[in-house]
Amino acid sequence: MQVLFDDIGFAIVLTGILAAGSTALLGSFLVVRGQALLTDAISHGIVLGIAVTFLVAGVTTGPLQLLGAGAAGVMTVLLTEALSASGRVRRDAATGLVFPAMFALGILLLSLFARDVHVDPHTVLLGEIGYVWLDRVIIFGLSVPRSVAVLGAMSIVNVLFVAAFYERLSFAAFDEVQAGLRGMRPRALTIALLGLTSMTAVAALDAVGVVLFIAFAIVPAVVGLLVARRLSSVVLVALGTAAFAAVSGYWVAVALDLSIGGSMAAMTGIPLLLALTPVRRAWQMS
Amino acid sequence: MSNFLLDPIVITVALGAALLGMTAGALGTFAVLRGESLIGDTMSHAALPGVGLGFLLTGERSLPIMLAGAIVTGLAAALFSLYLSSLPRIKRDAAMGVALGLFFALGVVALSYAQKRPGAAAAGLESFLFGQAAATLRSDVWLLGGVAMLALGVVSVFWKQAKLITFDPDFAVAGGSDRRATEALITGLLAVAIVIGLQMVGVVLMSALVVAPAVAARQWTGSLTAMFWLAGAIGAGSAVSGALISAQSSGLATGPLVVLVATAVVVVSLVTTRQRVGRVEG
Repeated sequence: MQVLFDDIGFAIVLTGILAAGSTALLGSFLVVRGQALLTDAISHGIVLGIAVTFLVAGVTTGPLQLLGAGAAGVMTVLLTEALSASGRVRRDAATGLVFPAMFALGILLLSLFARDVHVDPHTVLLGEIGYVWLDRVIIFGLSVPRSVAVLGAMSIVNVLFVAAFYERLSFAAFDEVQAGLRGMRPRALTIALLGLTSMTAVAALDAVGVVLFIAFAIVPAVVGLLVARRLSSVVLVALGTAAFAAVSGYWVAVALDLSIGGSMAAMTGIPLLLALTPVRRAWQMS
Repeated sequence: MSNFLLDPIVITVALGAALLGMTAGALGTFAVLRGESLIGDTMSHAALPGVGLGFLLTGERSLPIMLAGAIVTGLAAALFSLYLSSLPRIKRDAAMGVALGLFFALGVVALSYAQKRPGAAAAGLESFLFGQAAATLRSDVWLLGGVAMLALGVVSVFWKQAKLITFDPDFAVAGGSDRRATEALITGLLAVAIVIGLQMVGVVLMSALVVAPAVAARQWTGSLTAMFWLAGAIGAGSAVSGALISAQSSGLATGPLVVLVATAVVVVSLVTTRQRVGRVEG
């Protein structure tokens, strides 16, 4: 077992699969609800949270960072909603205003005060998945890459959340009003979903950075929507797409000496193109 | 301080910033009024692979070629997202997210490939992520100025059509305007506005320089003409202040500074003007 975790390639691919999978799982529900671009807002908003938790508490990793930066992600969405609810700025402009401002402030704080730590602006933007095997923690007597441990824990939480609230999540995805009338508290569910998405974005930051996170949150879910009809099948296709992208992306990046995170995110495009091909449509017609 | 402001490099940077800030801010008016603020976000992220390809094609830092590449991939992403959203069950925001995510990922891959080439570091490809005002050259300012004048000239020629398509697309068609052509024109101008700011503000934050000035201007006026010029002025002011701060303190990326100044103007505008000025008219 330890031999496996000592293998650099294995550590990177496992980090990629966990990051892409846990992101795609929650992303599926947001995409189905028509809230795909909230992942864009969240992933940029958490950067301010990362800067603030670093400046206030001095942490660049761990549960405090997950919660603090995750809260910033939810705040981005709430602030956007409040601004557009004021009636003075339209929804799309409010989105395009709030998250860039929070992101800009976060990047400025990081480049002023955190140049030498690993949360520098460049890593925040693109991730450094090639180096995740360096930072390790001991779990059950095994030395595991920290990102694998954090993303593994995050994946378990996400899977438990989806399993526990699957019925409510699918109901709220299609008919929020009905869900409210039935006492399913769709608003609380939405906040919980956004909170977990934010924490996942923070956990996945070392691996993929803020922008590539968006690719994992949205592209696999769209592939699922293109080929499947049931929500459960959409989610499964999305997870398959995410895993394929992480494995094939690593392989391509190593073979051609390219950015690993970028290559993993780009490989989600292959299942998407397959889902869009005329061959598939002809097959579906028959 | 006075010496700093007389430095020819600083003057170049400030002039370039003023031109691109004005163009981006003014052209952003149409995007904001048409409810298309986020397509700018998609296009600006999608400009990254174009920058990388432009560099790979010429093997050197040639701003015109890189920006041409950025326009091509930016518009390709906009078209791709339009196609995706025409498919059953794919919503518009998911379609934009797919285009943004995939094109940016390809851009990161292209940059990682380009950086293995000799001379890539000198090309300052990294500065296209967050923007670096100090990287602006005298020749860049001529290019920016030319493009800015061209864009503003096109807008003034097609002002009537642009106004109609912004407020009353159906009436515009009835009146004989070609709706598709005008919409394509406005989208094309938005792409131009985004691309000319890339080097100074960066792909990640450029869309904010398109949105924020127009939102601020909207709080002060209900006239399209006034909003257009006010947004241009706010854009220019934000870009110049951001660029000057960045040029003075080495190492600070320009993009975040510009966006924070523009956002501050929005906040002041929202707080000072208590109610939104009535609906926008021509």
